Amino acid sequence: MDFLYQVFIDPFVQMVDLPDFFLQVLWEGFVSGVLYSLIALGFVLIFKASGVFNFAQGIMVVFAALSLVGLYALGLPAYVALAATIGIMFVLAYTVERTIFTHLVNQPDIILLMATIGLTYFLIGFGEFVFGGDPKVMITEQLGLPTGSTAFDVLGGLVILQHIDIAATVIALIMVASLAVFFNKTRIGRALRAVADDHQAALSVGISLDQIWIIVWFAAGIVALATGIMWGARSDVSFALEIIALKALPVLIVGGFTSIPGAIVGGLIIGIGEKIGEIYWGPLVGGGIESWLAYVIALIFLLFRPQGLFGEKIIERI
Amino acid sequence: MRAPDDGQAAGETMLAVDNITLSFGGVRAIRNVSFDIMKGEIRAIIGPNGAGKTSMLNVINGFYHPQEGLISFRGQERRRMKPYEAANQGIARTFQNVALFRGMTTLDNIMAGRTLKMHRGFFWQCLHWGPALAEEVENRHKVEEIIDFLEIQAIRKTPVGRLPYGLQKRVELARALAMEPDLLLLDEPMAGMNLEEKEDMSRFILDVNQQLGTTIALIEHDMGVVMDLSDRVVVLDHGEKIADGIPADVQANQDVIDAYLGVAH
Repeated sequence: MDFLYQVFIDPFVQMVDLPDFFLQVLWEGFVSGVLYSLIALGFVLIFKASGVFNFAQGIMVVFAALSLVGLYALGLPAYVALAATIGIMFVLAYTVERTIFTHLVNQPDIILLMATIGLTYFLIGFGEFVFGGDPKVMITEQLGLPTGSTAFDVLGGLVILQHIDIAATVIALIMVASLAVFFNKTRIGRALRAVADDHQAALSVGISLDQIWIIVWFAAGIVALATGIMWGARSDVSFALEIIALKALPVLIVGGFTSIPGAIVGGLIIGIGEKIGEIYWGPLVGGGIESWLAYVIALIFLLFRPQGLFGEKIIERI
Repeated sequence: MRAPDDGQAAGETMLAVDNITLSFGGVRAIRNVSFDIMKGEIRAIIGPNGAGKTSMLNVINGFYHPQEGLISFRGQERRRMKPYEAANQGIARTFQNVALFRGMTTLDNIMAGRTLKMHRGFFWQCLHWGPALAEEVENRHKVEEIIDFLEIQAIRKTPVGRLPYGLQKRVELARALAMEPDLLLLDEPMAGMNLEEKEDMSRFILDVNQQLGTTIALIEHDMGVVMDLSDRVVVLDHGEKIADGIPADVQANQDVIDAYLGVAH
């Protein structure tokens, strides 16, 4: 009985008793959810346009952030370094398309997945060779991003909001909104979706696969850069970030692999879910559930809604 | 000019294939095949399964590159070409197994066919405003005309994956028409259809040919349809051309009858 009480009653009593603390936990969860969403967004972009699960998205985040910090360390002004990094992401997209994917048109998805895994390990090695393996500090202030924090009196307590977290949320919202319009309303967006659905048919209506893939990898590169800046501002810029990117997997399972809104909602569910789980239920099993709770949530979704919340329903004619 | 074949129609040549040979490894899918397609005609390509008909279409629209031979389209000779370039020069096609963009609506599928008619660059597209928006609206009008033409108004917003097979084939035709092609390649447009759907599709093909003036190359197994629709027929068997001419002549040709009935050579 005591255990049941601790699982089903006590956490909720705590939430009601200390509502300001609960709000703080919610906010923290929300912010990490936004960051998960940003990472997931990079995956969704490439998956939508080529049907490839881009294993390399995580390392692209690290690579973008390291390039930015590295260029600044070379003495470039912050905004010039930012522009140059965007240039680097374009070169990366172009090179990846020209050297790898252009040769893999019409190959099975698993081949494309293997290619992105190969790309991941190449970028890890190349990144360590160029930038070194030490963690670096993100140039948050130099980029004009806010760094302070504000405390609010709510419900008889204090809730502290970091300004960088607010900025991250706003930037993520803008990115998502513009990508959604781009995908659904424009010629290039339509071409991207067409390529995702059927390579041959897309070619037959005059869509150039090469061009589309460069665009989509470039877009994913820009999303990776934004993610890298935001994550980097909260911790350090290091290769460990690459592992965090795998959190995008449960996010995508919850939200659906092909949906931009799905990436956002999935990210928030995972982010908030794992924070609340950690704080209120974690102590029951000695803590540390944050690292695996996301995958459990994803498993439950797989059982009941395998296409995810916003995924395209799988209809197969037999 | 090439020497006239038997059954040569009068008029301007739209497309000519000249001594095309295509092999995959040791398998020769097409051997020394030549024929032409006149501007404004409906040209049927028939033959038993595995005769090389679809391979021939794939050669014409650039999916396959023949080892030997030349293709001239509107007087321009070429050896190999990318599908993108073929589309750009006015060759559209449909596929034997419906190849639609399954996740997209009927409207988006047809709009995808307008890709080459829309020219605003990446940055205008990102803005989705001003000239890019005007271009979108203008092309949408054109697409609506095609939707009216093929009578698919009711399924405009339906994801094509949910449509019955016959309608999917029609949407695929709509997408090809959205390209405003000079030459339309139809790979078994009536395969798997019931009688009523076949009649509808035949009517649309004739309308496209007569009202829009589109030249059509057609692969079809239903001989009744072929004889009714086509101006001239080319017959392939085991990758070789065995007959070429007006439907009545081809129907009476002993080689063709043998090929279909499987008489020992």
